[in-house]
Amino acid sequence: METMPEHTVRSYGEELRRLREMVARMGGLAERQVADATSALVRRDAELATEVMGRDSAIDTLEREIEAFCIRLLALRQPVGQDLRLIIAALKIIHSIERIGDYARNAAKRSVVLAQQPPLGSLNGFQRMAKLVQENLKGAMDALVNDDATRAGEVWNSDQSVDEVYNGIFREMLTFMMEDPRNITAATHLLFVAKNLERIGDHATNIAETVYYAVSGETLGEERPKADSSAFAVVRPPG
Amino acid sequence: MTPPSEAQTTDSAAQNASFGGMQARSAAALNETARVTVRNLDFFYGENKALKGINFLLPEKQVTGMIGPSGCGKSTLLRVLNRMYSLYPGQRAEGEVLLDGENIIADGVDMNALRAKIGMVFQKPTPFPMSIYDNIAFGIKLHEKLSKAQLDERIEWALTRAAIWGEVKDRLNASAMGLSGGQQQRLCIARTIAVRPEVILFDEPTSALDPISTLKIEELIDELKRDFTIAIVTHNMQQAARCADQVAFFYLGELIEVAPAGQLFTAPKHPKTQEYITGRFG
Repeated sequence: METMPEHTVRSYGEELRRLREMVARMGGLAERQVADATSALVRRDAELATEVMGRDSAIDTLEREIEAFCIRLLALRQPVGQDLRLIIAALKIIHSIERIGDYARNAAKRSVVLAQQPPLGSLNGFQRMAKLVQENLKGAMDALVNDDATRAGEVWNSDQSVDEVYNGIFREMLTFMMEDPRNITAATHLLFVAKNLERIGDHATNIAETVYYAVSGETLGEERPKADSSAFAVVRPPG
Repeated sequence: MTPPSEAQTTDSAAQNASFGGMQARSAAALNETARVTVRNLDFFYGENKALKGINFLLPEKQVTGMIGPSGCGKSTLLRVLNRMYSLYPGQRAEGEVLLDGENIIADGVDMNALRAKIGMVFQKPTPFPMSIYDNIAFGIKLHEKLSKAQLDERIEWALTRAAIWGEVKDRLNASAMGLSGGQQQRLCIARTIAVRPEVILFDEPTSALDPISTLKIEELIDELKRDFTIAIVTHNMQQAARCADQVAFFYLGELIEVAPAGQLFTAPKHPKTQEYITGRFG
């Protein structure tokens, strides 16, 4: 990819670099939250889960800081072209990252309860899903840092497998609940955790979409490939 | 038909609105009817080729902003459009500039008639050392034979359209030199529109004015495009962004990119344009 020459006003160029760096840092924090929340769930580690919950405020603080910085840049530099696109994209991306942080915190919260419940089946699906959404989140953030529209487009296109795992978990949990009502507490919490991961995946693709625009100046198509069919699921009670 | 997915209804993330709408609208708003068409235009200052193969058009009743670094050819193009260059030996243009189907850079074009059709406002206000009234009347009398009543009416119309009538109507016989810089520039605009041109060319019309006078001129340009086709050369990119419907970027005598302002300032196609508008030049 062709690199742009430096800004004639060096301090402006440095501010834009700093903005990129701050957004990347915020994305890194969120990636770690998702990873740790999943570990806490799988390892039934309530202590780690509590730690994750406590760390969410750092993401929120960074969001407010970046937002204030963007507003300042807009007011003082009157950006146009790719600079304008980067700043607007940053404002949108940090909102998505903040939501990702909230979903990770919520998953961690439920892990605390789940750690006290009897284990329910294997959590392989959750691990797989967490891995996929982390990859997408990382891919989207890398695309931003490296001005890589191609990578952003790939991430945007790759949320389908997340949806497929989510559908599997959804059916599995319904089955557990039908088998034995005592599973309902754990299965319900797990369903929400799965939903949280699925939403994190959606936000990662939104970030990718925003990065694509920021880098290329063009928008991706209206319809993103989706495979979440759980919204149409119907449960038939046994007997 | 695809059923709506849960994701689209449960969270704002999926409602991530497209950025593209704005670009599409500003592109659609651009009038495609050309008032002036420039074809394969080359321009020479003696041996020096200052414009190279320029092709573009001024859409009717729209404002075209021309931007680019010093020496890029934007002012030269303006000088071609009303044949100001013909006053200087050794300067020549090749190609076509069509106004109402006529090639205005061809030999034998009636310059006086042409300059009544294509008016020009300069960087520094250039009032004549005469009364406000006579400043406007002067140009009209060159081109038309009007009765006193008709002339009075035309002068009031021009001064009104140039948004200065209220400020000068009680002192039409006072010298134009006593007006402020901003007022003088609006007087010059009144003088230009008094002969009812089709096209008005502005060559950095506000570079000598304070911010409020600048905004008044910009407001005026916005108003004037209802009746006139306008081209404005400016060093101030924000001004081009504020005033222009389409913006043309020139560099080293070439037209690099022309696009609706909303597009050129958000997602320019050419790397050179990108570098210039974001301040990464050179």
